[in-house]
Amino acid sequence: MSEAKEEKIVFQRPKALCDVVTHYCPGCLHGVVHRVIAEVIDDLGIQEITVGIAPVGCSVLAYNYIATDFAEAAHGRALAMATGMKRVHPELVVFTYQGDGDLAAIGTNELIHAATRGENITTIFINNAIYGMTGGQMAPTTLPGQVTTSTPTGRDTKLAGFPIRVCELVSTLEGSAYIVRRSAYNPSEIRKLKAAIKTAFQVQMAGLGYSLVEVVSNCPTNWGMTPLESLKWLQENMLAYYPLGDYKVKDSVKELMAKK
Amino acid sequence: MPRIVIDVERCKGCGLCTQVCPKGDLVQMSDEFNSKGYRPSKFVDPEKKCIGCAFCANMCPDVAITVYR
Amino acid sequence: MAKVLMKGNEAIAEAAIRAGCEAYFGYPITPQTEVLEYMSARMPALGRAFVQAESELGAVNMLYGAACTGARAMTTTSSPGFSLMQEGLSYIACSEVPAVVVNIMRGGPGLGNIQPAQGDYFQMTKGGGHGDYSPIVLAPSTVQETVDLVILAFDLADKYRQPVYVIADGMIGQMMEPVELPELKPPQRPERPWALTGAKGRPRNIITSLQLDPPTLEKVNLRLQETYKRIRENEQRHEEYMTDDADLLVVAYGTAARIVKTAIAKARRDGLKAGLFRPITVNPYPYDTLRKAAEKAKRLLVVELSAGQMLEDVRLAVMDKRPIHFFGKMGGVVPMPEDVVDAMKKALAEA
Repeated sequence: MSEAKEEKIVFQRPKALCDVVTHYCPGCLHGVVHRVIAEVIDDLGIQEITVGIAPVGCSVLAYNYIATDFAEAAHGRALAMATGMKRVHPELVVFTYQGDGDLAAIGTNELIHAATRGENITTIFINNAIYGMTGGQMAPTTLPGQVTTSTPTGRDTKLAGFPIRVCELVSTLEGSAYIVRRSAYNPSEIRKLKAAIKTAFQVQMAGLGYSLVEVVSNCPTNWGMTPLESLKWLQENMLAYYPLGDYKVKDSVKELMAKK
Repeated sequence: MPRIVIDVERCKGCGLCTQVCPKGDLVQMSDEFNSKGYRPSKFVDPEKKCIGCAFCANMCPDVAITVYR
Repeated sequence: MAKVLMKGNEAIAEAAIRAGCEAYFGYPITPQTEVLEYMSARMPALGRAFVQAESELGAVNMLYGAACTGARAMTTTSSPGFSLMQEGLSYIACSEVPAVVVNIMRGGPGLGNIQPAQGDYFQMTKGGGHGDYSPIVLAPSTVQETVDLVILAFDLADKYRQPVYVIADGMIGQMMEPVELPELKPPQRPERPWALTGAKGRPRNIITSLQLDPPTLEKVNLRLQETYKRIRENEQRHEEYMTDDADLLVVAYGTAARIVKTAIAKARRDGLKAGLFRPITVNPYPYDTLRKAAEKAKRLLVVELSAGQMLEDVRLAVMDKRPIHFFGKMGGVVPMPEDVVDAMKKALAEA
């Protein structure tokens, strides 16, 4: 009575993720989010109909990692570009991948109007409260008191104002259909993140409107911490200002989710 | 028997995989360096405690862990 | 096909539709807004894409996105809006995707006014945005020619995978003239192996203007320069009017050239032999043909609705072989033909 079962691979690189080394710093959660997006693309079988749009910022080279057709946008303009693509090719699944500087500072206009038009586009929004690529300046989402290279004594809200809460803002717009905030600091949160990204893509494919998944993320390098410290800091500081949860799930989305 | 394989050349030594193992410390930081100068993680499971849950692999930003069960 | 009476801006819109434009993105700004209005009705009725963008930044990047999928796409704007579009146009040029942009110029700088002007010549013909790129710029002087050049703009954009601009002004955009349009056909989407349409049955495509490796970016630049060389060799267009016996060669484009034509008729009645050299492509500029035309004349007069921008290209063409005079009006002031005749007489009197 042999119990030797065939050994199976239960976790490996998804097909839609290129087999290359990323340029990301050790411990940066961009890599996790990229992988989760690729897993969703595999699960939904949409690699051949998906077009991604990379931002300017640390994830400017996302097109080297996620194995679909890809464009690289001007800083902040990913959602305008996505609008142009999607309006000509409604059969495509179009997603933008944007950081906090790209989406919530220079690209706010494009964000608000793509959302309010109800464009059938999905945005994956990486919020790590800092400008990574340029070396750690204040982002629109930098927390009050947070030290960055352009807020050397901490973000003074009298001088630099307050951080933007993107999900709360965008969920007020009628055209937005599915607006949620997730994180990726432990396996459980990563599982929830994957479910959210999958739903967001399904919302787009069903033509229900604009979908956005915010990921509360980290930046060990520019926060000046080890990767493990950064995940602790994220949980202790960012989640209070950026609570995880569903900010907008339209009834049509709820019906869709019930069916799936 | 569940097990993981770490691609040490892909590992950047961030250590995120080392803190999530439900069985304790089956994934640890290595004392050696890879060719990029990172100290990769290593799989230490003499008592065959790994259950193949893939928590470690899920945390890996570099997809350097493959899980077998 | 019978001629119809159309306003310039509406003719631009209908010409684009006839050329197979599948996507239009725009933002209201006088004096081009009728293009947007016209498209807002026609494009959806034909099942084509139309978006009134949140800004010119939005419009030009929607254009970029649509162009990346291989669709014929257009935006139209006026001077301040064109300034806002420069970043996106630089990306479009570097990414080598086809796109058509019409600028119905107005008086500037700043908010200026909404009257006809030609003050965007440098910005349009010399690149306008950052980096080494050189868009094709077509300069019509009648509504019919605007129709023809909008259609040509789409063909050239496709052929060279570069942005093509049509440079006109509020005079041409707002006036009505009889025009003949080609038949309406469904848009053709030729094979575009580089386009982002989903990687089905082919390796995936990436469109990016980012090249971190200097030799790779140099290669992109050299390829662009090669394209611009081919454009210079094949696409120069100009018109000569009564130049054979002209003592005074007047150089003007667009609205200014219309006024000059009338002025030439008046001047010739006064015994002044003047002719017109009218560049139709103001980039690539017809330097060689202008040099040859200039050799037949005694002097040149450049007439522009600006402080003298094309004047520099005329100087580059003619160098110091002939004296070059200038007559320009700014701020949306449009000269009367009599003003131009006076300038002609003055130029010859200085001889």
